[in-house]
Amino acid sequence: MSALSREDVAKVARLARLSLSDEELDLFTGQLSRVLEHATDMDALDLADVVPTAHPFGLTNVVRGDDLTACLDRDEVLAAAPDVQDDRFGVPRIVGDAP
Amino acid sequence: MRTATQIAADVRGGVRRAVDELADAYAAIAARNEELHVFLHLDEAGAATQAGAVDAAVARGDDPGPLAGVPVALKDNLCQRGVPTTASSKILEGWRPPYTATVVERLLGAGAVPVGKTNLDEFAMGSSTENSAFGPTRNPLDPARVPGGSSGGSAAAVAAGMTPVALGSDTGGSIRQPAALCGLVGVKPTYGLVSRYGLIAFASSLDQIGPLTTTVADAALVLEVISGHDPRDSTSLPEPAPTLVAHLGDGVAGLRVGVVSELVEGSDPEVVSAVERAASVLRDAGATLVNLSIPEIRLGLSAYYLIAPAEASSNLARYDGVRYGLRVDAPDVAAMNEATRTVGFGAEVKRRIMLGTYALSAGYYDEYYGQALKVRTRMIEAFALAYQQADLLIGATTPSVAFAFGTKTADPMAMYLNDVFTIPTNLSGDAAVSVPFGTGEADLPIGVQLLGPGRSEARLLAAARVLEIAEGRA
Repeated sequence: MSALSREDVAKVARLARLSLSDEELDLFTGQLSRVLEHATDMDALDLADVVPTAHPFGLTNVVRGDDLTACLDRDEVLAAAPDVQDDRFGVPRIVGDAP
Repeated sequence: MRTATQIAADVRGGVRRAVDELADAYAAIAARNEELHVFLHLDEAGAATQAGAVDAAVARGDDPGPLAGVPVALKDNLCQRGVPTTASSKILEGWRPPYTATVVERLLGAGAVPVGKTNLDEFAMGSSTENSAFGPTRNPLDPARVPGGSSGGSAAAVAAGMTPVALGSDTGGSIRQPAALCGLVGVKPTYGLVSRYGLIAFASSLDQIGPLTTTVADAALVLEVISGHDPRDSTSLPEPAPTLVAHLGDGVAGLRVGVVSELVEGSDPEVVSAVERAASVLRDAGATLVNLSIPEIRLGLSAYYLIAPAEASSNLARYDGVRYGLRVDAPDVAAMNEATRTVGFGAEVKRRIMLGTYALSAGYYDEYYGQALKVRTRMIEAFALAYQQADLLIGATTPSVAFAFGTKTADPMAMYLNDVFTIPTNLSGDAAVSVPFGTGEADLPIGVQLLGPGRSEARLLAAARVLEIAEGRA
């Protein structure tokens, strides 16, 4: 297995939308490396022909009947939102200025 | 403390009122909650309304249900409409869910009285409650030690005599481990037996809700109420709730009990001897002991600490500051997402999100997540083989009794090793029970674990009942 670098951790933090201080980067690089090193014990098994299991009993798609049922109350849901604009979730700007 | 079984019988029979049971529970909470930090929120108004409704039903001659008037503590990752729910995270502080978890609806329908929400490791990630954003819970049996986790608040509520029943969730041992450390019965049901609707997701292919109680009979009673098919959880098993209470006296005569060396190795000597003694109790009750080795168990920890973080990194992507919970303002959406998550999540949650993101990322998926899923297949096959040779398995729940605060927080791997005996059952999707049996260091309780194939809860609880009787606990 590959060794985890400080740059790997910084990249992963960016992907996960987390910003880390230099101290946190050092700490997490060491801690996550130890977990990944422990995982090398899986190399002892010959897994080449093993089918992966993502779910204990094998999921099949489940559909509900196409019936009208009550949904969550809009006002109650929006009351929990940090920002509401015109009965919608409000967010800061997404798209930048045109060049 | 009286058991749920006794309380429900008294309330149904008109001997005691639900409001008086509730007053007793709140008095016990008031006596020790400040010292132990068990509850994050008490829903006194909602509980009073429910207890009053139960008493009114009794007065009318109606049956309020099998848990009539039983005070129940809910782990704070279970949603109850209008009641603050945090998962012990700053990112959800102040959130009031607009819907109620199926398990809570079923408790209410059975006449139970939810009294409040208990502390946990943030998003159920941990084994000590030291990862709660709101401070740890103390073990009622020794306040210098952890109650276990992540359902540590739920375990402490029952161990302190505040409520006879609490619900927890178990992703890698989070019901069984705190049950063991607090001297309680804890059940991790078969995956899919109990609906996850309204449980704040950590690792969806592993999470299961279950009871923590003082007796095996109470665990059976509560599990009968909360299990059974739920169309709102697409992973819910199709059948109705199993019959458990009626099978409590079935015993173990004629059963083959597998004594699994990998489920005790590395444990304290007192833990090893408790498991040996428990096995001999089952043998004396008519079971046949079979010595088994399941080497795959040793790989469970590695597979789990890739699979669970991978699922968590996906599940926790929803905390983005848009629809609910914390928002930290920033000029654009991406910066707002990042600022919110950076402030809102604690260190352990960040570690697991990053570990999972890494294990799933391009170039590492096959090496880590893919390998872990294959180990999971081998684990399932190994347990299926073991269950051809034995009807149930026995081992330890944890390698040691409750440990002191701060002893495992510096090294995440040391903390993770506490789950080594509980994790395999989550990976296989099977059922397991922890039952108090004997004491170890400082006279603290030891948990013996009974494991069985999927849908074996009745058999496991009957065997746990044999151990409980041998210990003079029931």
